[in-house]
Amino acid sequence: MDVELLSRIQFAFTIMFHYIYPPMSIGIGILLIFMEGMYLKTKNPMYHNMTRFWVKIFALTFAMGVATGIVMEFEFGTNWSTYSRFVGDVFGSALAAEGIFAFFLESGFLAILVFGWDKVGPKMHFFSTIMVALGAHLSAVWIVVANSWMQTPAGYKIVGEGLMARAEITDFWAMVFNPSSVERLSHTIGGAWITGAFLVISVSAYYIIKNKHLDMAKASFKIALLFLAMASFLQLFTGHSSAVQVGEYQPAKLAAFEGHYNTAPGDLYLAGWVFDDEEKVIGIKIPGMLSFLMYYDNAKPVKGLNEFDRKDRPPVNIVFQTYHLMVAIGMFFIAYSILALFLLWQGKLFSYKWFMQLSIFSVVLPHIANQVGWISAEVGRQPWIVYNLMRTSDGLSKVVSAENVLFSLILFTLIYILLFILFIFLLDKKIKVGPEHKNIETSTKQFIEA
Amino acid sequence: MYEGLDLNTIWFVLVGVLLAGYAVLDGFDLGVGALHLFVKGDTNRRLMINSIGPVWDGNEVWLVTGGGAIFAAFPHVYATVFSAFYPAIMLILVGIIFRAVAIEFRSKGESVRWRQNWDIAFSISSILISLLFGIALGNIIQGIPVGADKEAYISFMSLINPYSLMLGVTTVALFMMHGSIYAAMKTEGELQDQIRTWINNTIIFFVICYITVTMYTLIYLEHMVVVFRQNPEYFLLALLNMLAIANIPREIYKKREHLAFLSSSFSILALLGLFALGMFPNFVPSTIDPEYSLTAFNSASSRKTLEVMFTMALIGIPFVLAYTISIYWVFRGKVKLNEMSY
Ligand code: HDD
Ligand code: HEM
Ligand code: HEM
Repeated sequence: MDVELLSRIQFAFTIMFHYIYPPMSIGIGILLIFMEGMYLKTKNPMYHNMTRFWVKIFALTFAMGVATGIVMEFEFGTNWSTYSRFVGDVFGSALAAEGIFAFFLESGFLAILVFGWDKVGPKMHFFSTIMVALGAHLSAVWIVVANSWMQTPAGYKIVGEGLMARAEITDFWAMVFNPSSVERLSHTIGGAWITGAFLVISVSAYYIIKNKHLDMAKASFKIALLFLAMASFLQLFTGHSSAVQVGEYQPAKLAAFEGHYNTAPGDLYLAGWVFDDEEKVIGIKIPGMLSFLMYYDNAKPVKGLNEFDRKDRPPVNIVFQTYHLMVAIGMFFIAYSILALFLLWQGKLFSYKWFMQLSIFSVVLPHIANQVGWISAEVGRQPWIVYNLMRTSDGLSKVVSAENVLFSLILFTLIYILLFILFIFLLDKKIKVGPEHKNIETSTKQFIEA
Repeated sequence: MYEGLDLNTIWFVLVGVLLAGYAVLDGFDLGVGALHLFVKGDTNRRLMINSIGPVWDGNEVWLVTGGGAIFAAFPHVYATVFSAFYPAIMLILVGIIFRAVAIEFRSKGESVRWRQNWDIAFSISSILISLLFGIALGNIIQGIPVGADKEAYISFMSLINPYSLMLGVTTVALFMMHGSIYAAMKTEGELQDQIRTWINNTIIFFVICYITVTMYTLIYLEHMVVVFRQNPEYFLLALLNMLAIANIPREIYKKREHLAFLSSSFSILALLGLFALGMFPNFVPSTIDPEYSLTAFNSASSRKTLEVMFTMALIGIPFVLAYTISIYWVFRGKVKLNEMSY
């Protein structure tokens, strides 16, 4: 295999592994604010136990996020050094901003969140919880801004020619607020909220089925459910504006989302399969719906893939499938939320075993949606590493050999498999152990005796 | 913006400050890790890990931000160095991954085997990271074959040479010294007595390494010495460094561990200061032709980016210092174990 393919596999694998953890940290982070806020307001020790339990889970996902995130930070230099020279001016500043404005905040207050229970007062602890959640969100801001600039570059000029060409910032804020930043950021964060909410829902449903920690489980379930319902609708809305934005700035990607070859009014597929060689799609579709969603007019033509040279098109079927899977899962969340809210209103939320089981197993769905969402966005950008400016094949490191990349890829694969197994094992164990049913006095007493 | 300021030099210094912050802060927790296996007993080992528990992650952020700052301010340095040192960087990453999860996972299992395995992972990865950073530094000081296209081809085997190995070992020794002082500062009773006995050994180990490296540098690495010959007053820094190291055993003897810790922190800063003075304006000297060396001027981003980043630094640094100081303040004093501990 050549360096390009290996480097792409390695990048995709390491980022996808990394991206298992940040959505959980972001999502749990924000829910912790609600939980601890309830504790401060009601002084009910149940909320205190709840918060402490979820802080422990948070710490575990956070550690995994940190361990795998550092790999990402250096991979641009090791595997994509030509790309790094080209975009350093623009992309590097967003990455540096992430460090200085987000990671310091997050890691600093995390110490208080996890270890500071009896070092600072309750108000200060709550403040730290808010800061950690804020830090997690800010890190998403900067990294998504950087990535959005690669999708829809703005606020730059090209200096130099040929191999020495570089993108330089001309307008910092135009770079930050490039045409896709706002849509993609709100959509990514919405996905993270859904992920966190479902984790809480799933664990609570498990306790309810096992008849353990009932008070806490029911209260957490409700907090997370309200949050999930809100985030699911938000996700449809931000997803729609993302699609409109893609249609305007990356028409080849939008065409690939729906397997739309000829410029004509666009159809929306519910499901299907793309035959790229024959340039057709077989599946169930709503005629004219794509045009309607783009322009509120189902007769208006949408640019098709045939307007682009074959060498400038993304691999259509992967983009089509991943995109449709994400949307289907998104629709499921909306249906789930409506059903659950209805049951809550009827006072029967916890009465049906099948519904609790569904809630337990749905925990994997947000993860799948996040991953396939990124795949459709990133593969849909191909063959460009920076849209319309630099091809992925031109971004590689020149001095790195295929053997080197193969070696590191094998290394990461083995390590990540090991870590993933251990992570699931520990998460499962923490959930089985559950929250400690102690109030603060006994826990401090124990601590003095120890 | 910032008319008349030489932002290239300022960013050379700021990158230096971030990396120096990393060396001083992560230095002690890497050192604690390197010494970890010498500590006997599960409770003592837990105390060691918990002494760095609340701060190690924040310390590592100095590296993350330093990396980001190099990427943004000197993209050519970032691209050239990281791709040229590919296998070494990958091993550092593996070390960083294992270290982070070892700290988090160790306490989550009760069996002796589980804990012992993570103890080994924690300690070996700490040593590996320190050693490899030293080796990388050693190669940079000697220069690497940067060509006219700013790319450098080197094989992994040629990264391992006597000088770089010496620097690797010196770095391990330095962090062990720094870490043992930190551990003595954070512990009490029997464990502290154990640790105090190691401090002198680590100092001796470090001083031997340091003298060897300095001799070698003075004799063989002409380009590092030029600036000191032209500006003899720079030798003052080297002198202060020696005094700081000599001060450590004295403070330990007087049971003023925090002053000993300040001395060793100062000594790390002084060492890096000497290194930066020797290098400036080079980041990476080229062994092919000095013309090709990557410097603060020919490898930098545009003036505009340096300005934007400088503004960010002016806004961000006070916050960063405020968090760092408050966290260390909240967790001051001797380490104690409780149910939230590792
Ligand atoms: C800040 C930049 C950035 C961010 C936040 C992401 N990516 Fe990305 N991605 C890239 C920057 C990038 C890249 C450097 O531009 C790659 C490497 C090679 C390439 O073609 O683009 C890439 C490729 C790439 C590929 C391979 C595409 C292909 O080669 O055909 C996949 C599957 C993903 N990414 C998936 C993800 C996931 C799951 C992410 C979730 C966090 C993600 N990306 C975030
Ligand atoms: C290629 C892209 C990415 C790079 C280079 C990257 C880099 C990093 C690094 C270096 C860390 C560890 C920082 C520390 O020590 O605390 C980290 C953690 C984190 N990253 Fe990423 N990251 C990437 C993608 C993303 C994306 C897309 C998101 C969110 C949308 C994200 C959100 C986070 C969060 C919240 C953390 C904190 C750790 C955690 O909560 O698990 N990252 N990332
Ligand atoms: C409800 C229907 C949904 C629609 C219409 C939708 C639409 C979109 C579109 C058009 C993109 C591509 C944006 C781009 O390339 O710039 C995208 C990306 C993405 N989606 Fe969705 N989405 C939906 C649901 C979801 C859900 C439920 C999740 C996760 C829980 C999710 C997570 C993501 C992620 C992580 C990305 C990549 C980041 C980005 O480019 O914004 N999506 N989505």
